[in-house]
Amino acid sequence: MRLLYFAWVKQKAGIAEEDVALPATIRDVAGVIDWLKSRGENYALAFADLAVIRCAVDQEHGDLATPVAGASEIAFFPPVTGG
Amino acid sequence: MIRVETQDFDIGAEVKALTAGRTDIGAVVTFSGLVRDMNDGAVASMELEHYPGMTEKELARIEAEAHRRWPLQASLIVHRVGKLLPGDNIVLVIAASAHREAAFEAASFLMDYLKTRAPFWKKEDRNGAAQWVDARESDGKAMKKWE
Repeated sequence: MRLLYFAWVKQKAGIAEEDVALPATIRDVAGVIDWLKSRGENYALAFADLAVIRCAVDQEHGDLATPVAGASEIAFFPPVTGG
Repeated sequence: MIRVETQDFDIGAEVKALTAGRTDIGAVVTFSGLVRDMNDGAVASMELEHYPGMTEKELARIEAEAHRRWPLQASLIVHRVGKLLPGDNIVLVIAASAHREAAFEAASFLMDYLKTRAPFWKKEDRNGAAQWVDARESDGKAMKKWE
């Protein structure tokens, strides 16, 4: 599965994208974030405040409860500021 | 139609292209957004980051929703990315309909949805220090009125 990071989430995590093999026990986006936070301080820093984390699963907006089974791409980013 | 690109756009040329050869359009509403210096001359430039792939899909979803809600004859969303300077064009929305009410409402809807759903992020360069722009609560409220 491909994970992507944008804006300050990317900056704090120190990575733009990576391919990972998620543990089969992970069901939803919240599970992915918990798993990432256990992998390193950089992720703990990027995901310290979940109130300002947004996500997309296979390029559609999701939330912490969005299932990730069968997904090929999950992106994490701050609230958008375009326009 | 949607476009995500680095180059500037010409509003007149875009309206002309959208309405060329058509006689069923009675109203064209255009909105263009410019890079604004909200920090008293401190913003030297702005970098627009986006999520290639999802950006195009999300803009297409927003446009399709506008067409579902209003009788639009044509529409266009153009959003620039990359480095922009204060005063530069950043976004263009055009809504064309038989009558003005649908065109006005759809243009407003397109902008409100774009601002809260399209995956773009602004990073300001303030005298050499880069700073991500925070999302505005008022943008979220503006979108909620369409629900």
